[in-house]
Amino acid sequence: MRAPLTTLALLGALALPARAQTVAIVGGTVHPVSGPKLENATVLIRDGRIVAVGQNVQVPAGAQRIDAAGKWVTPGFINAATTLGVVEIGGAPETRDVSARGRDAVAAAFTVWDGFNPASVLFAPARNDGVTTVGVVPAGGLIAGQSAMVDLVDGTATDMVRRAPVAMVATMTAPGGQGNVPASRGEVQVRLREILTDVRAYQRNRAAYDRNESRELAVSRADLEALIPVLAGRVPMLVEADRASDIDAALRLSREFGFRLVIVGGAEAWQVADRLKAANVPVLTGAMNNIPASFSTLGARQENVGLLRRAGVAVAIIGNAGGGDEASFNVRNVRFEAGNAVAYGASWDDALRAVTLTPAEVFGVADRVGSLAVGKDANVVVWSGDPFEFATQAEHVFIRGRSVKAPSRQDQLMERYKTLPPSYRQP
Amino acid sequence: MPTARSPLALAALAAALAGCARSRAATTPVPAPAGQPPAGQPAAAGQPASAAAAGTPAGRPSLAGALSTPNADPFPSTYQPVTTRPTVIRNVVLLTATGPAIRNGAILLRDGKIAAVGQTVDAPADALVVDGGGRYVTPGIVDTHSHLGVYPAPGVQALSDGNEATNPVTAHVWAEHSVWPQDPQFPRNLAGGVTTLQVLPGSANLIGGRSAVLKVVPSRTVQGMKFPGARYGLKMACGENPKRVYASRGPSTRMGNVAGYRAAWIQAEGYRRRWDAWLGGNRQADPPTRDLGLETLAEVLRGNIFVHNHCYRADEMAQMVDVAREFGYRIRSFHHGVEAYKIADLMARDSISGSVWSDWGGFKLEALDGVKANLPMLHRAGVRAITHSDDPSGSQRLLQESAKAMAAGRQIGIDVPEHEAIRWVTLNAAWALGLDDRIGSLEVGKNADVVLWSGNPFSVYTRADRVWIDGHLYYDRSDPREQWRTDFELGFVPAPAAGGTR
Repeated sequence: MRAPLTTLALLGALALPARAQTVAIVGGTVHPVSGPKLENATVLIRDGRIVAVGQNVQVPAGAQRIDAAGKWVTPGFINAATTLGVVEIGGAPETRDVSARGRDAVAAAFTVWDGFNPASVLFAPARNDGVTTVGVVPAGGLIAGQSAMVDLVDGTATDMVRRAPVAMVATMTAPGGQGNVPASRGEVQVRLREILTDVRAYQRNRAAYDRNESRELAVSRADLEALIPVLAGRVPMLVEADRASDIDAALRLSREFGFRLVIVGGAEAWQVADRLKAANVPVLTGAMNNIPASFSTLGARQENVGLLRRAGVAVAIIGNAGGGDEASFNVRNVRFEAGNAVAYGASWDDALRAVTLTPAEVFGVADRVGSLAVGKDANVVVWSGDPFEFATQAEHVFIRGRSVKAPSRQDQLMERYKTLPPSYRQP
Repeated sequence: MPTARSPLALAALAAALAGCARSRAATTPVPAPAGQPPAGQPAAAGQPASAAAAGTPAGRPSLAGALSTPNADPFPSTYQPVTTRPTVIRNVVLLTATGPAIRNGAILLRDGKIAAVGQTVDAPADALVVDGGGRYVTPGIVDTHSHLGVYPAPGVQALSDGNEATNPVTAHVWAEHSVWPQDPQFPRNLAGGVTTLQVLPGSANLIGGRSAVLKVVPSRTVQGMKFPGARYGLKMACGENPKRVYASRGPSTRMGNVAGYRAAWIQAEGYRRRWDAWLGGNRQADPPTRDLGLETLAEVLRGNIFVHNHCYRADEMAQMVDVAREFGYRIRSFHHGVEAYKIADLMARDSISGSVWSDWGGFKLEALDGVKANLPMLHRAGVRAITHSDDPSGSQRLLQESAKAMAAGRQIGIDVPEHEAIRWVTLNAAWALGLDDRIGSLEVGKNADVVLWSGNPFSVYTRADRVWIDGHLYYDRSDPREQWRTDFELGFVPAPAAGGTR
């Protein structure tokens, strides 16, 4: 079980383009994120990597030159909670590969990227708006499965997956008590404790298990195997929790079993910001959710990101406006979530970090993406202005040094209907 | 993982559940209960005279045991504008929705109306003067597609009242009878600058029932929120939702959907004829038996109720246009219309407005061809383009939504300036509700529904700072005392701190 995962992660890292192309983005306002803003600076890209960032960079002869005077240059944006590649059309079950049936709502062994569709038409809208890397996150049940980080580059699934697994996905919210899923918050915790305890037991005596000399364990062998890296601290547990008490419960479990915790959702995280900070637990949340849409999110407010940052909590911004397609068709709108976070109290620099370097750090890909630094993959965006503003366009988008802007399906439709084709002129 | 909090999803779920759970309950004509007094309410002020209203002479004394007759306004608005001292907002950029922006302008709100707009206005001595400091002022935002109150927060089954998914034709239901005035989504909408909402039934049904046009104001009753004199709308829905909800009993196909509309209108024609004959006669004979659903449909045929038609695909919208022609009614607005840009010419020809999203699409087959430049493409074709929400979150940010569409338009060479795009959420939306003579623009004599924004309203960093309705300040971001909290929120939802929101 674990071997193929490692292989896949490695393949992703190795699958860089072998194109000896040099691109110089010259004269822009560069936001490396890993360091202070640089006015009138150059970003030099060669063979898919960033080879220079600074104000005194020599542009080699033969380099493709992009004049970025007056433009803003940032790392490619990261939206860490999406269903890209595993849900094509939400309303068409045939195109949904985001969930596993599992057993009793546990699907720890489910590796969502195995069903990844590298031909999805949803990549183009995202990357044309500057999103270059996404988290692909499974959904459903108590333990939904494992998530991956994916670069939105053309290629096979293997080419695209940057790292997998990057997290084990679970929920602290009672899924509702239908069928075999826990019926209450307390039962969620009982189940998670039981499972994690059995992972320890299994780990201590795998051989006995395989000889059928073990007591009955709470989940399948594949699920137990999949959870070992979580208890070993190699893979974080990405826990969906909105209510402050659910976040607290997740913090307790994390302490008890020693796993690394990341909160996603986090509607009321601002109420427990100090505890999150003390435990160094990052939060994935948005900035446009202020509706008490459920009894788990009564404290939802748009200042969440700003308040968490003020307490020193690491925040990655995802879409949570609630429209329903912020994880698929509108993954691209993560930049506007960031802008709204600023409108409600976050600093601009923090908001930029929350859609670049912080999610890269949280999911273990910061050595490759999330900042403009020498040696990193060249995931770079040249913006016509402030990337958080609606009027701003992503003029150039590079992923691993390759220019990826190309007309999306929607662009083609608009082009077709901008002036009606002759055969369409009769109504 | 990213959970579907959308009412769309909730609505679909609720509809699906209800649709599966119920057997073939026919639309039962509601008999006139014995002992009910005759409906003697005159049509509300500004309500167009209707044949139905004509049947209810005003001022007739109550007669126990008399038959009820059709009544245009049995649940009349009790909303009263709050008397407020005159207010002058000066040193602002005015996006009037009728012409170019007025820079360094001023506006006077007096007696609930806009009393003056211009470079300068004469402020009465007793006026409260607000220095806008260069900020922007727009008309109050109007959302033509809301489910606030009928799909309230929190989204629990007990409050889920938006789809009467028990029959594909439920013209007899009225959205206002589902509206919960304590829905905490209302004050959030107000904080987003929204002053008028059309609350519609959901889209499970071919004909879903009457809409309610509400002012976004605190009230104990829905009557206290109802926009005085606003017409009713009728919700109709095309495509996937009805055929999915009624898959097991029909309609289960698009052709079944169209047959369903036509069957309903055929019934309505006969009903209208019978009633109009009785109303126009000497009224000696017993009146025809009332049927609430057909009463509503007959009012559509008389032109007194506007049709708001949920429809995604271009080909289906074109068919709905033909259904409307067959029975002689007009479609006031196509809602969602993700493919409206494909038939902008047809919509312009028939004066059908387009209530659409900026960038939703792709979430189901019929939404696949949603494009970000839908609004500007409609605008360019001469269609009244409207940014609608169908979503309690999007409704708070209709100018942000519009700004996305403007940017997409610019990319394909359609540059809609701000002073025109503001109509997408004000004047055009007011037209779709038949209220463009009262709201939707900053013109003298119109209701003083006015928003002061912290900056350019098309910027991501801008928020509504103050919101006036009929000249009364209903929201002030800087003052928690001026921030409406619903009954529900007390104790459940932390109070906003000064200067904060929720």
